[in-house]
Amino acid sequence: MLRPDAGGLYCAAGDFWIDPLKPVPRAVITHAHADHARSGAGEYFTAREGLPVLAHRVGDGGDFNAVDYGQPFELGETRVTLFPAGHILGSATVRVESEHGTWGVSGDFKRAPDPTCALFQPFDCDVWMTECTFGLPVYRWPATEQVVGEVLDWWQDCIDAGRPAVLFCYALGKAQRLLAELADRAPRPIWLHGAMQPLTECYREQGILMADTQTVSEAGKGYKFSGDLVLAPPSAAGSPWMRRFPRHSSGFVSGWMRIRGNRRRRGYDRGFVMSDHADWPDLIRTVTDMQAERVITIHGSGEALAGYLREQGIAAESWNLRATLSRSEPA
Amino acid sequence: MKAFAELFDRLDRTTATNAKLAALVDYFRSVEPADAAWAVNFLTGKRLKRLVNTRELREWTALATGLPAWLIEDSYEQVGDLAETMHLLLPPGSGRASALGLAGLVENRITPLRDLDDEARRDAVMRLWQELDGSERFLFNKLLTGGFRVGVSKRLVTRALAEVAGVDSTLIAHRLMGRWQPTARAFQALIAPASEDDLDTATPYPFFLASPLEEGPGSLGDPADWQAEWKWDGIRAQLIRRGGQTWIWSRGEELMEGRFPEIEAAAEALPDGVVLDGEILAWRDDRPLPFAVLQKRIGRKKPGAATLAKAPVAFLAYDCLEWNGQDARETPLFQRLQHLDQALAAAAGLLRSAAVDFQRWTELDTCREGSRERGVEGLMLKRLSSPYRVGRTRGDWWKWKVEPFTFDGVLIYAQPGHGRRSGLFTDYTFAVHAGDELVPVAKAYSGLTQDEIDRLDRWIRNHTRERFGPVRSVDPVHVFELAFEGIQSSPRHKSGIALRFPRIHRWREDLSVGDADRLEDLKRLLDTRQRQ
Repeated sequence: MLRPDAGGLYCAAGDFWIDPLKPVPRAVITHAHADHARSGAGEYFTAREGLPVLAHRVGDGGDFNAVDYGQPFELGETRVTLFPAGHILGSATVRVESEHGTWGVSGDFKRAPDPTCALFQPFDCDVWMTECTFGLPVYRWPATEQVVGEVLDWWQDCIDAGRPAVLFCYALGKAQRLLAELADRAPRPIWLHGAMQPLTECYREQGILMADTQTVSEAGKGYKFSGDLVLAPPSAAGSPWMRRFPRHSSGFVSGWMRIRGNRRRRGYDRGFVMSDHADWPDLIRTVTDMQAERVITIHGSGEALAGYLREQGIAAESWNLRATLSRSEPA
Repeated sequence: MKAFAELFDRLDRTTATNAKLAALVDYFRSVEPADAAWAVNFLTGKRLKRLVNTRELREWTALATGLPAWLIEDSYEQVGDLAETMHLLLPPGSGRASALGLAGLVENRITPLRDLDDEARRDAVMRLWQELDGSERFLFNKLLTGGFRVGVSKRLVTRALAEVAGVDSTLIAHRLMGRWQPTARAFQALIAPASEDDLDTATPYPFFLASPLEEGPGSLGDPADWQAEWKWDGIRAQLIRRGGQTWIWSRGEELMEGRFPEIEAAAEALPDGVVLDGEILAWRDDRPLPFAVLQKRIGRKKPGAATLAKAPVAFLAYDCLEWNGQDARETPLFQRLQHLDQALAAAAGLLRSAAVDFQRWTELDTCREGSRERGVEGLMLKRLSSPYRVGRTRGDWWKWKVEPFTFDGVLIYAQPGHGRRSGLFTDYTFAVHAGDELVPVAKAYSGLTQDEIDRLDRWIRNHTRERFGPVRSVDPVHVFELAFEGIQSSPRHKSGIALRFPRIHRWREDLSVGDADRLEDLKRLLDTRQRQ
């Protein structure tokens, strides 16, 4: 029913693409991250909560359709339903039903609670296409509460030492999740890199409660940010912008920080293991919850998970959507 | 173990030298001497003898996690460190053994593994996996699998100990040389105030290491202030003659007892209370033999008559660190060289690494260009007024090596790196043309920038042809210029040659596969070298 095409998945029965990376006539978008949502599609379908962020990301060029979670809609000869994915605000998994059966397609998802978005909701399907960003058993996340505690301890150490605490995290999703986790615990306002400000505003407009923020560009000349927490996208690391924070301590919030070498290679002082993706145990648990007879791993190192599932008696295979992109043009 | 794990975390969470120094000082001041002694041992790069092999550790990890062996391998490939992989895979531990000190863990729980049978050893390790958690369990695994690196140099540890002891760091460095053992008593002696005879007679001096001279010697000032010597391609060694006994130490602080009987015999003629710095070389008829000949001796603890005849060695002395039982390192080089001449006058079997005569820097250019023909690596330049310093201190000793050989090779295999480069394809194999084939000739790990590594890593992932375990073969597209120091024939390699110290000079994106060198080109180098 679905096949890799245009860097996403094409559904011939419904004549639409899920998360295409090239311009197509009709796209169903799971969430607004750049590796899932691109500008140039004729028509967009996305979860209602995700629309403002998506419009911000891909511009106003397309024809946007906001869809409610759990409300089926018709596309061609298929019935499509979006369910909460728990990844970022407005993220969705896609259920596609037709005479060929029921497929579940994940963009990215996580199972841990997140104050900025609805909790992942499982549904029954015949085929479950699961993301697999962290598809190895070494990836096992500590409880969010523990990691938030570590971040606060580190911030306090920086306050005591009078140093800026620069915390790198993805500008969409992770930054807002952190701000929400810190909402009633931040000892002072948090500074944001300019790239994070409009997205954070999008979240606030939708009523997400977050810690108070200021944008770094609003700080006075010569202000030292001593003991202040600054959130910045990873791309800012090593850039001239960082000169604003002399003697800073740096941290990175990501699932990749589970591995020491990843942190040391990038030269971060601290790594905080918090991810918006499912860890290995949750990838497996979700396969069980979706009750699928067949599993296809996509997005990431899927060979290992597929191999493990096969050994557990589940029909599983791995698809490399990106490789398809480099080989073919959109149909 | 808790205190040591906290020290590790503090060191691991900063790149600032002063913060690391403070962490070390705090640790050495607060823990038991026995724990501190083991910490010094591990932080200066010493390892425990391997008591458990990695195959067993993998099996036990599979047992403890219920995961298939292949998935443990896949995980290891991504993590790039077996100790860390095991720690991340194992279920959370209770932390019950956390109260155990570092010395207690090593002496009561790790060292006794040696005397246990396979099953009991497995149970003992798996029990510790249950009783330790976090950095403590990671470090335990590190100790089991070898050493660990946490971004502190031996020099920084030495500085911290000097601060704790209130003595000069060169004294600490000297006390740490040679046969230092990690015991409470040894640690207390290490941080004791300076005294006349706190050193064992076999203790070598810390080696002074030369820094590479990037540009020519023109910037070094007046040539008359400098001595030039050949840079020998052998094993750096310190020869000690004290109390009628001889010790030979390698630069890696390994005692080379019995390995070089001809040098030990020649040293017997030295006056007592003499320490010489020099180079061990394979040597015949007044000239060095290729390093490959010396290699035949390096592994031999007790060489037989045939080996001694086939690979004769000599000690070429170039400095005198102790004269008449007195530490001479503070006296200037030109005086130490006089002591050296006096010492060698008595010991005819030891050779003197003679000075290269020159008046103007330009004359040295010609000398250096002739290095390969002489079988040396280039020139050493030493300031005649300088003391014998500790470690890699810049300014007084320079090594000015001859330009390396280079060739253009094609990337054909890649493998993920370890440690800081874990999960990235950073270990590359390069090939040259041989007929219609590409034949691998070198593996290289270093020489690219982080940006280039990232770019190449992405390319490798998208252009993998086949996988052989962690190794991937890739489309032969990219050409790199590689540098190397020497070449020798090798029946063990498909190409028939082995290159010494290959490393990447640059990524030649301007070249295509057809432009890469041919095996004949490299073999021609071999012929010229063997004719000499």
